[in-house]
Amino acid sequence: MMRRRIALVALVTLWAAATLGPLAARGASEDLDELMRLMAARRHGEVDFIEQHFLAVLKRPVESSGIMIYDAPKRLEKRTQSPRAETLLLDGDVLTVQRGSQTHVLDLKAYPAILPLVESIRATLAGDSSALERVFTVEYAGSLPHWMLTLTPHDPRVARKVAQVRIEGVRDNLIKVEILEADGDRSLMTLRDHPIP
Amino acid sequence: MTGRKLLLIGGWLACVLLAAAIALHARYVADLSAFLPARPTPTQRLLVDQLRSGPASRLVLMALERGDAATRERIAVAVAAALRNDREFSSVNDGEDAAADRDRDFVFEHRYILSEAVTPQRFTPEGLRAALEETVADLASPEGLLIKSLTPHDPTGETLAVVEQLSRTPAPRSQDGIWVSADGERILLVAETAAAGSDTDAQEHALDAVRAAFAAGVRAAGPAGRRVELRMSGPGVFSVASRASIQHAVVRLSIAASALIVIVLLAAYRSAAALVLGLLPVATGALTGVAAVALGFGVVHGITLGFGITLIGESVDYSIYFFIQSHRAPVVGGSGETGHERLWPIMILGMLASVCGFASLLPSGFPGLAQLGMYSICGLIAAFAVTRFVLPELLPRRFQIRDLTPLGLRIARGLAPLRRRRAAARWGFALALACAALLVLHGARGRLWSRELSSLSPIPTTALDYDAQLRRDLGAPSALDLVVVPGASLESVLRGAESAAQVLAPLVGQKVIGGFDSPANYLPSQSAQAARRASLPDAAVLRANLERASAGLALDTARLTPFLDDVEAARHAAPLTPEDLRGTSLAAGFDALILHVDDRWNALIPLRAADPSAAGGGAPDIDIERVRGAFAAAASGARVLDMKHESDALYAAYLHEAIRLSLFGLAAIAALLWVALRSPLRAARVLAPLLLSVLTVAAALALARRELTILHLVGMLLIVAVGSNYALFFDRGGGEEAAPSGGASSLTLASLGLANLCTVLGFGLLCFSGVPVLEALGTTVAPGTLLALVFAAALTRADVAGLPDSKAPAGA
Repeated sequence: MMRRRIALVALVTLWAAATLGPLAARGASEDLDELMRLMAARRHGEVDFIEQHFLAVLKRPVESSGIMIYDAPKRLEKRTQSPRAETLLLDGDVLTVQRGSQTHVLDLKAYPAILPLVESIRATLAGDSSALERVFTVEYAGSLPHWMLTLTPHDPRVARKVAQVRIEGVRDNLIKVEILEADGDRSLMTLRDHPIP
Repeated sequence: MTGRKLLLIGGWLACVLLAAAIALHARYVADLSAFLPARPTPTQRLLVDQLRSGPASRLVLMALERGDAATRERIAVAVAAALRNDREFSSVNDGEDAAADRDRDFVFEHRYILSEAVTPQRFTPEGLRAALEETVADLASPEGLLIKSLTPHDPTGETLAVVEQLSRTPAPRSQDGIWVSADGERILLVAETAAAGSDTDAQEHALDAVRAAFAAGVRAAGPAGRRVELRMSGPGVFSVASRASIQHAVVRLSIAASALIVIVLLAAYRSAAALVLGLLPVATGALTGVAAVALGFGVVHGITLGFGITLIGESVDYSIYFFIQSHRAPVVGGSGETGHERLWPIMILGMLASVCGFASLLPSGFPGLAQLGMYSICGLIAAFAVTRFVLPELLPRRFQIRDLTPLGLRIARGLAPLRRRRAAARWGFALALACAALLVLHGARGRLWSRELSSLSPIPTTALDYDAQLRRDLGAPSALDLVVVPGASLESVLRGAESAAQVLAPLVGQKVIGGFDSPANYLPSQSAQAARRASLPDAAVLRANLERASAGLALDTARLTPFLDDVEAARHAAPLTPEDLRGTSLAAGFDALILHVDDRWNALIPLRAADPSAAGGGAPDIDIERVRGAFAAAASGARVLDMKHESDALYAAYLHEAIRLSLFGLAAIAALLWVALRSPLRAARVLAPLLLSVLTVAAALALARRELTILHLVGMLLIVAVGSNYALFFDRGGGEEAAPSGGASSLTLASLGLANLCTVLGFGLLCFSGVPVLEALGTTVAPGTLLALVFAAALTRADVAGLPDSKAPAGA
């Protein structure tokens, strides 16, 4: 009757680490503060993404692509279209995973290991640097026209899977999110403006 | 002392001692089984097995509330650890992944046996190709991180398939790895007791163990721990609580009823000796009743003892009649022969009428009713026998009670207004009242009877609501709708469960049901296991197929050697048995769905409603007829059980049976009176006031919008049983034998008034018992017997001495 749900918890942890983490980070200087102000001013964003996965078990990287939509301050949606349709939607603390006919709804408050990552996304997009730094060690490099954040998770539970997240951006646009996994595999997400239909 | 006297008193004492010994050693139960059929149909059998020893019956739901979250968690972990080491519990779950590693290892190791996806087709080049493409897509998706370490061993994704198979039931919210309620304010634990739910003693013991573990946890947590509260729910908790509440009510009410009756009798007799002697038949009757039930049924239901109070109300009447009517003060012991001669035949007839009424309950399939019948018959006969044979021997030489003639006269004056009218007018009024009552009952016929078994349940609705709340938080099925696959062995029920899954899968697609759980998900039948093993190709074939399947894919087949090795190992692995599940949380899931009682095996497949409404709210009902239809079409041996419907159907069957039996009892009483009184007219005259009071009480209950239950029906039977004594005295009071002086009839009236007062007090107390079945009895019998007395007085023949007719009041 009562039973484990290894798969879902793991899935959420990893998704948060892999996908939300990268968008979440920022730096610790005055430049960072300026970046944060800039981010906070943005209320809506819609970008195309292409994500490449470099895995030891693969002869060559595999690619996925889709669009990502952000609405300040609480809603973030990642819609993968290829190779397989799959939607992850974070609204407030509720995460909805939809794949084929299956939908899983999860309350993130129930998963404290993931919550910081999620909060940090929200903090980043809302321009809240102190919330960010509660979760990551943040290094800021470059300048507003082309910057890079290097985020290292504090929480060992997260760090066991994800070693580092690097985010590159131009002003208030993210252009690259790279996730370095603890085992040497990595994924690289490239983002560009979504052409207005 | 004469030899006869010695013999009678000695025999009586021996009987009392024997009955007491039997009663002391009897087994008392207070679970639902009082309400379960003694001779069940196959479907009822399943229902009974479920309710008695089904896994659902062994669940203890626990919640830690209040205090702060950290302290709650500390205590919860301590409680779970303590209970896991307690042999009384077969499993304890708080969401903590104590078994998670073992679970993962187990699922991984046996993935080719457990996965439903393993078919011969799966390992052909085409099947492999599809599976590998899926895996590559998974690697590119968010869960890629999870599965990539598995891929070299499991490129077809069987581990994930098994995990998916096992997590089809929604899990509760979890916080820091521990289950919590939706609002996070309550930590949840679920334990399963080793003992069956129907073993109330074992359940009570287990609950005590939980309380002790909690108390230890609180002590360890320091001052902050004292604010944390433990609440428990579940079938075991309910049966322990209802036994306690019934016991409590029985003890409390017995004491209160006895005290009240003692006061009344003391006030009436002004003689301690009379009081003590008067209670002897009652005590003997009660003891004999319990002993008879223990001998006849093996166990005594707690609720039967509750009914025992009702016996106080009736059997105390015997000694009242005996003392008052045969011992006009002052009287010298043993000289009241004339009184006796008139008294005994009436009392015997009254007692036989009661016995006839209760005997009609004996064949009932409802153990509670059958026990009540047995208890009352034996109790009444014993009480009468003591009054008839032992009391006269025990009377002290100068036995004397107060002259109650004045009381009789007062009652006569009280009843006088009823008799101002002519007989025809009185009968006309009675007829009008009966018609009015029938009209009310006819108008209320749709909602007259309660149709739910739960109407008999002593569990308060607040407790049921809390239970439902905990179950919602836990995502536990309410176990109301399930498919049961019966069989002669574990293997046959597992096979049955596997074919039932074939029937159910399309229903999930059509959204008739939201999903289902099956024991075969945890442990496939041996035949399914063999089929899966046979689906695995040998190493050479698999290697060749893999090469063909992976052509052009990004997957690096050079890294898939572990896959080839694992498949080869799985082909020769030993079959999985229930023992292999031990130590994993799969064992609990499996055990919960396999029911093994005597030599009957059942696989349980709980159904979940489609689209459970997100926030709280009742889940939508399953269209059980469509499920039935699907199984009928598949000619499956599985039974589709709607527990709520079945238990209500069971109750409806009891009710119909009880109505039938009561009517039969009524007919038997009528026949007895006809024969004994040698006149159908007299029999009708004795019965008329009784039926009139039954109708009036039933109509009053209907007007008060009370739903009638079986126990109301039993109450009506009791009105007839007790009231027949009154009616007979009125009938005989005006009998063909020369009516004695007005004083004698006044004494009859006094004894009837006193007897009725005791009955009304005894049953009236039941209204405050807090136990629904006892309340039903109280609200019916207390007003009913009073009315029976009044009606009997009003409708009796005009020439009955002592009752003032239209003119001047007697006495004064």
